[in-house]
Amino acid sequence: MKKKNLEYILKSPKVEAFQNKTHYCPGCGHGILHKLLGDAMDELGIKDITIFIDSVGCSVFAYNYFDCDHIQVPHGRAPAVATAVKRLRPDKIVITYQGDGDLAAIGTAEIIHAANRGENITIIFVNNAIYGMTGGQLAPTTLIKQKSTTTPRGRFATEFGYPLKICEMLNTLKAPAYLERVALYDPLHIKKAKEAVKKALRMQIKGKGFSLVEVLSHCPTNWKMTPEESMKFVKEKMEKYYPLKIFRDREFKK
Amino acid sequence: MKKNLENKIEKILIKGNDAVVEAALRSGLNGFFGYPITPASEIIEGFAKAYYEDLERKKKGLKPKYPEFQVFLQMESEIASINAALGGAATGKRVLTASSSPGISLKQEGISYIAGCELPVAIIDVMRGGPGLGNIAPEQGDYFQTVKGGGHGDYRLITLAPNSVQELAEFTCEIFELADKYRNPAVLLYDGYLGQMKEGVIFPKVKAKNYDRSSWAADGNKKGREKHIITSIYIAPEDMEKHKLRLKRKYDLIEEKEVRFENYKSDDADIVIVAYGIVSRIAKDVVEKARKEGIKVGLLRPITLWPFPKKEISQIADNAKAILTVELNMLGQMNEDVLISANGKCPVEFYGRCGGVIPKEKEILEKILEINRKVK
Repeated sequence: MKKKNLEYILKSPKVEAFQNKTHYCPGCGHGILHKLLGDAMDELGIKDITIFIDSVGCSVFAYNYFDCDHIQVPHGRAPAVATAVKRLRPDKIVITYQGDGDLAAIGTAEIIHAANRGENITIIFVNNAIYGMTGGQLAPTTLIKQKSTTTPRGRFATEFGYPLKICEMLNTLKAPAYLERVALYDPLHIKKAKEAVKKALRMQIKGKGFSLVEVLSHCPTNWKMTPEESMKFVKEKMEKYYPLKIFRDREFKK
Repeated sequence: MKKNLENKIEKILIKGNDAVVEAALRSGLNGFFGYPITPASEIIEGFAKAYYEDLERKKKGLKPKYPEFQVFLQMESEIASINAALGGAATGKRVLTASSSPGISLKQEGISYIAGCELPVAIIDVMRGGPGLGNIAPEQGDYFQTVKGGGHGDYRLITLAPNSVQELAEFTCEIFELADKYRNPAVLLYDGYLGQMKEGVIFPKVKAKNYDRSSWAADGNKKGREKHIITSIYIAPEDMEKHKLRLKRKYDLIEEKEVRFENYKSDDADIVIVAYGIVSRIAKDVVEKARKEGIKVGLLRPITLWPFPKKEISQIADNAKAILTVELNMLGQMNEDVLISANGKCPVEFYGRCGGVIPKEKEILEKILEINRKVK
């Protein structure tokens, strides 16, 4: 591991945008993502003009952690709420933070249409291949053969279809400005994730349009693994199906 | 000369749904979010027209007609529309969404959240036939889903029921004010007939009160203050109960202050018709016809369906020999509230037509004669 990457983790600067200890399970990816999102907000100096849309799922209490205005919204509807917020308050920064059940199942219509309209908002999409808050049920992103409480013998494509690839789907649309998939399983990837999140926000500040960062996150509790095993699962299983890459980048395109 | 022109009272012949659009724009509407549905589509079309005409005016360097009207957006669904309205209101803007019965069913989850978050959202429901796809003919089948909640959890929606295009215009302005005054969703509920009929309207001179929403809105103006959180989640049972008791106190205050009704000759009446919306206009003629036949009939027209004029109907039940509720539905949805208000003090009968069929004066009069024979 490069020294510089390790420093970023160990240094852990005081984050102004990020408050309180989180309620997340030990080893959960949300805490890391919250921290780096707070970092990015601080570095861009946007917390006082940010309107954060909290969706239903494990991250529903995000309003306890980010020092900015918040709207807690119905399951899956964050992109519709964010659309109105941004259009009525165009000088503010609008962030939605959504899980895979929220964004890729119950809120599929909202995310596709917000992306298709090219709304100038930033979506942080947490893909941990499971429903966390409700206790580990099948998600649209659950991998083939992966077990969940509603697929106790594993997910089979014949019954539940294949895991949804959101970045790839949205990449078929013309309007989105920035789409990237990142992961949180080691310091290097955490650093890359931080850069992606910051870039997504910068795209919004510049008025470039719709930006989404899909974050492959680990859920040791519901995957019934140790934190270490869960990070290994992301690296070895999830990343194979959900390749980490920049799908769309129009930062410098007029 | 100029002053005279300004003071001129302008009466316009206008369709119900179009009057709603005009009145909303005059009320300082900031954002409209909707989805097309018959018989409410003129509303979304009207806002689109106003919005793009103003855009053209701005392009030409002219003053926009409705400078406060910032956003018009046709959303991908009814669900997205109500949630966009939630978002707009949460940031402290004046917003509206409009639909018809099946669309309102889809919006119910969002309406429940809006009530829980205490957001001032104005909602329009142009009622059509149901259940299911039903038809596009007028009915009064949404009394339950509006007055009794419709979404999950216990909450109340302020509901105004106009009976003319003039009132459609006036009450559109009113629902914005009531929504802001109480930080509660407010609904304008009317049947498809009113939406589609044309009548002369004098638009009220609206002077929107300047509600200061900055003390609570998630408007992203956080500098120098604590963060604002708009939410309906209260995990601890004690906190949830506290939140709900506060809502209850608000609902009690609305019930105390905002009941509206029209009492037409019911003080000396032996039989009182209770009807709202288009039916109340037919009922008024029935009152006259019955009185010509020597039967003292009156009309009590609830204008606010919630808060419901309970006390007034209770008083009528004290003095009248019978009450007849007439509605455009088969169940007698409002009649349940009439029965509760009358509390067994006098017989309450129900007459309903549905599916888009309107009761004729003659039918209602026959029902009155029948009741008159019974209670004599």
